[in-house]
Amino acid sequence: MTGEAPKRSGLAIWLPLAVFGAFFALVIWGLYRPADRDVASAFIGKPLPQFNLPAATEDRPGLSTAEMKAGKPRLLNVFASWCVPCAVEAPQLEALRQQGVDIDGVAIRDRSEDLNRFLATYGNPFTRIGKDDLSEVQLGIGSSGVPETFVIDGKGVIRHQHIGEIRPEDVPMILEKLKEAQS
Amino acid sequence: MKRLIIAILTLLLATPLAAQDQMPPAPLAYKQLDDPALEAKAQGLMETLRCLKCQSQSIADSDAPMAGDMRHQVRTRIAAGEEPEAIRTWLVERYGDYVSYAPQNKPIMWPLFAAPLVILLLAVFLLRGRFRSAGKKETDNKVAGE
Repeated sequence: MTGEAPKRSGLAIWLPLAVFGAFFALVIWGLYRPADRDVASAFIGKPLPQFNLPAATEDRPGLSTAEMKAGKPRLLNVFASWCVPCAVEAPQLEALRQQGVDIDGVAIRDRSEDLNRFLATYGNPFTRIGKDDLSEVQLGIGSSGVPETFVIDGKGVIRHQHIGEIRPEDVPMILEKLKEAQS
Repeated sequence: MKRLIIAILTLLLATPLAAQDQMPPAPLAYKQLDDPALEAKAQGLMETLRCLKCQSQSIADSDAPMAGDMRHQVRTRIAAGEEPEAIRTWLVERYGDYVSYAPQNKPIMWPLFAAPLVILLLAVFLLRGRFRSAGKKETDNKVAGE
C-alpha cells in the first residue's frame, strides 16, 4: 500500500454531495408540502351497513338502514353540536334542502340539550337524526371525523364522501354527485 | 384591514368553542374485559390500530373520544368471540391499510424488506477493496518481519 488515496473518477467525488442534496431536497419538500391528514373512506361503492339509531331529538325520527334505501339519492351528514365546522356548513345544508335534497343526520356523541340548542341556532335541515353515542355508524361507514357528508343512492349504496364542511362553492359539486347517484 | 381585524377576532372567539363532546366515554373505552386472556387479545390488537384523530398514536394510547369508541368496538367484538384479525380486516375494509400499524406482505412493502439486504451487499461491494488491501498489508508486514 502506497498510502495515497486510490484514483477515483471525477464524477464519483460529487456523489456524497449529490446524496446530501437529494436528502436535503426531500426534507424541504416534506416540510413545505401541505399536510393531508384526511382519511378517505374505503367504503365508497359499498352498501350501508345495517344500523338502527334511536332519535337524537324529539321532533325528528331516528335513522335506520332501511330508510336510506328509499329509491331516491340522499345525503347522510355526520355531524355534532360540539363541532365548529358543522355550524359553518349549516347554511349550505339548508340551501341543499331548499333545492329538494333529503338530508339525514347522524349526531356523534351528542347530548340532546346541546343538539337542540345547536339546531335552534343554526337551523335544522334534517329529515331524520340518529343518535350515535358510540360512533358505531361512523366506524361502520369509514368516516373519521365531523363533519363528513356521504351521498347515498336509492339502493342504500355509498356513492361519494365529502370530508370537512360543505362550503358554498361545494354545493354544485354535491348536487352533481346526487344526480350521478340517480343512475 | 378591517376584515383582518374581524377575522382575528373571530378566531379568538372560536377558540374556546373548539371543544370536545360532553358525553361520558363508551362503556368499554377504559374498562378492561373481565377475562384476562380476552383482554390480552384486545390489547394486542388495539396497540396496532391507528387512532384516526391523533394519527401517530394507536387507539390504545389515545384519549380521543373516537379512539375510545374504537376500543369499545374492539373489546365488544373480542368478548363476542371474534378473532383480532377479523376485526382488523373489518376496519381495513372501511379505512384502508392506513388504519393498521401491522406490516403486511404486499408488493408495496417489498422494497422496504429488501433495503437492508441491498445496503449490506452494497457495503460489502464498496469495502471489499479496503479489506483486500488491509489483508495484503498484513502479509507484507509479516513477510518483512521474517
